[in-house]
Amino acid sequence: MRVSDLPKPSPERLLKQVQAEESKRWGARLKIFLGYAPGVGKSYRMLDEARRRRERGEDVVVGALQGRQSEEVHALAEKLEVIPPVNIAARQGIDVEAILHRTPQVCVIDPLAAENPLGSRNAHRWQDVQELLRNGISVLTSVNLLHVEEYGEKVQAITGKQTTETIPKSFLLAADDIVIVDIPTDLCLSRLGEKLTPIGISNSRERQLSELRELALLLTAEVVDAQLESYVHAHGIEPVFGTHERFLVCITPECNAIAMIESGKRNKERFQGELYVVYVRRPDASDDENAAIDSYLESARAAGATTEVLENRDPIEAINEFAREKRITQIFIGHGSHENWRDRLFGDPLLRLIRATEGIDVRVFPH
Amino acid sequence: MPSSEESRRGKLKVYLGYAAGVGKTFQMLVDGKAAAQRGIDVVVAYFEPHTRPDTIALIQGLDALPHRKIEYRGRTFEEMDTDTVLRRKPQIALLDELAHTNIPGSERSKRWEDVQVLLDAGIEVWTTMNVQHIESLNDQIWQITGIQVRETVPDWVVRQAAEIVAVDVTPDALLNRLKRGAIYKPEMVQKALEGFFKGSNLGALRELTLRQAAHEVDLRQSAYDESSGFQVPRISEARPGGAPLDNEPKERILIHITADPSTAMIIRRGRRVADYLHADCTALYVHTTPEVSQLAAKERETVEKHLRFARGLQIETQILGGSDVAKTVVEFARRNQVTQIFVAHSQTRLRERLRGRNFAENIVRLAEDLQVTVVADRSHRSSS
Repeated sequence: MRVSDLPKPSPERLLKQVQAEESKRWGARLKIFLGYAPGVGKSYRMLDEARRRRERGEDVVVGALQGRQSEEVHALAEKLEVIPPVNIAARQGIDVEAILHRTPQVCVIDPLAAENPLGSRNAHRWQDVQELLRNGISVLTSVNLLHVEEYGEKVQAITGKQTTETIPKSFLLAADDIVIVDIPTDLCLSRLGEKLTPIGISNSRERQLSELRELALLLTAEVVDAQLESYVHAHGIEPVFGTHERFLVCITPECNAIAMIESGKRNKERFQGELYVVYVRRPDASDDENAAIDSYLESARAAGATTEVLENRDPIEAINEFAREKRITQIFIGHGSHENWRDRLFGDPLLRLIRATEGIDVRVFPH
Repeated sequence: MPSSEESRRGKLKVYLGYAAGVGKTFQMLVDGKAAAQRGIDVVVAYFEPHTRPDTIALIQGLDALPHRKIEYRGRTFEEMDTDTVLRRKPQIALLDELAHTNIPGSERSKRWEDVQVLLDAGIEVWTTMNVQHIESLNDQIWQITGIQVRETVPDWVVRQAAEIVAVDVTPDALLNRLKRGAIYKPEMVQKALEGFFKGSNLGALRELTLRQAAHEVDLRQSAYDESSGFQVPRISEARPGGAPLDNEPKERILIHITADPSTAMIIRRGRRVADYLHADCTALYVHTTPEVSQLAAKERETVEKHLRFARGLQIETQILGGSDVAKTVVEFARRNQVTQIFVAHSQTRLRERLRGRNFAENIVRLAEDLQVTVVADRSHRSSS
């Protein structure tokens, strides 16, 4: 903020600045309302929250509004203080300077994905949002799945719609809060002006929307999972197991690795889970065996798995440690080779693994 | 009304959340009011008498049917009056808490059973539930939260819903609501903060809800595609549910049932995995006595309970006799093209290990040509 540009501060403004400093200290928060398509009601949910926060005494302004609004959204926005946009090169952009000058606690930016006019201080609106956050202003904003960069291609394949105004997925993952505005597809279509159909999927248009809906739900789950992980780290508590299926395929030179990886891939897809493929290095492995392992790991990566070679004299310990760290819910392992005198004395490695991995399913594959 | 309309089964819509106070009932009533304004005949068949004031305000203008009053142990309880709803025969009936257990003396023991009656009568039902009440998630919920949920709804009841709506709110917002006293009475707040509202629980339950909703949406897409021949656009990973079903080998899951308490757990897990893999699912009990009737009364009762539980989750059950249980299970699996056997692993004591392995380990050993899933005991919470 360029302080020299500001008028002489009034006591009110000084107080606001103190508050802003405080909110900076407490951390300005970014909250994103995610929807799978226009018409799900993101703007309404967000402005309704802004209204409630204002009623509870928070200093809320609106920094940007959608061009086209429903009557309900318009009525909500009327109750809030709006900072008008600036015109740059005959196009409208957020008046970042005016918002910083006004220093509210919370600013509503609807929508998040927009290209700023040429000559603006930031190229993208999401960078404006970052600037507000850096200056201690919390932001409520909305985004449609189509505008998340990594999903653009998928959404285009499903709906044929395309956009150049995108935000990176990392921006969502870094948000303090994300909320999905999930409504049935029939209601979404009716808000877009189509005839209301019975509940459930009734036509191909709804089928497409449903696909986007599933993607948006999973994206939100992913963000929530990342938040959960940082909560666990920050509080030094044990990781949370079982919110998400995570498969660990343990391969050896003699196991039926291709079938196990194939099954791992299918399970990953069906459960929308994660897939890891690991090998615990054997110092005495032959060149042929090492070559086999390399090709297995290669096909694992092609199947979308994260691969790792673990170093540990005790393979059971290696697998168990890795499984705990990655919050694995199912371990895939090949049937052990025939029992020998060591196994009889110390226990078959397979059975030892089953005993060691408390709280994790173990799926044993035939040779 | 024409008779063809009358014979049509009503549709079910479930508002899915992750805790009390996320706004399931609120959302249901908002949607119900909108439907009523479109001229649809909507009634409130049951709502919790302790409902929050802003939610009660929403009921104004909707036809709220009287509840049934039932005396039990000297107190009066209120339940949905299913007969009144049937007589009133609305197009849509709204009711809270699908997982609710009716008070003894009610006609049916579970509210979801009442819902079946309404659906059979052609009434569309909109209802609410939290993810932790889904039967097959019971052990995972226990593992995550340390809380064992007693009131559950079989997965097939949720799956028969034509529509699932995820009602989402951030845990922070929910905790604020709780602390403002907007969810529970003050004396209940502390208890909630030590239960489901504790630490990472809300985030974990929220993630489960979102994933469950995504899964439910995916199942409905598959069903639509099968009946309509809809083609999913084929670009890399355009389809979140993965490759189409037809070029995948069909899985068959066999759940081994015993009198051991861990059986309920493997039935739930087997059901869940079968649902996700679109697999067939069978449960098998093997008795070593010549006839089932010769089992000790207590054991027979437990086994029957487990078999009923499996059937309640729409798992086909089989009973076989055999002197060697592990061998009988494995042979049955081979005869019936089973791809995966689900067994429980009870913790073995050293003595048992020396005498010869425990049962799960025997099955693993015998079924060298099959996949065997040794289901973990999720009741031992990793963090406790």
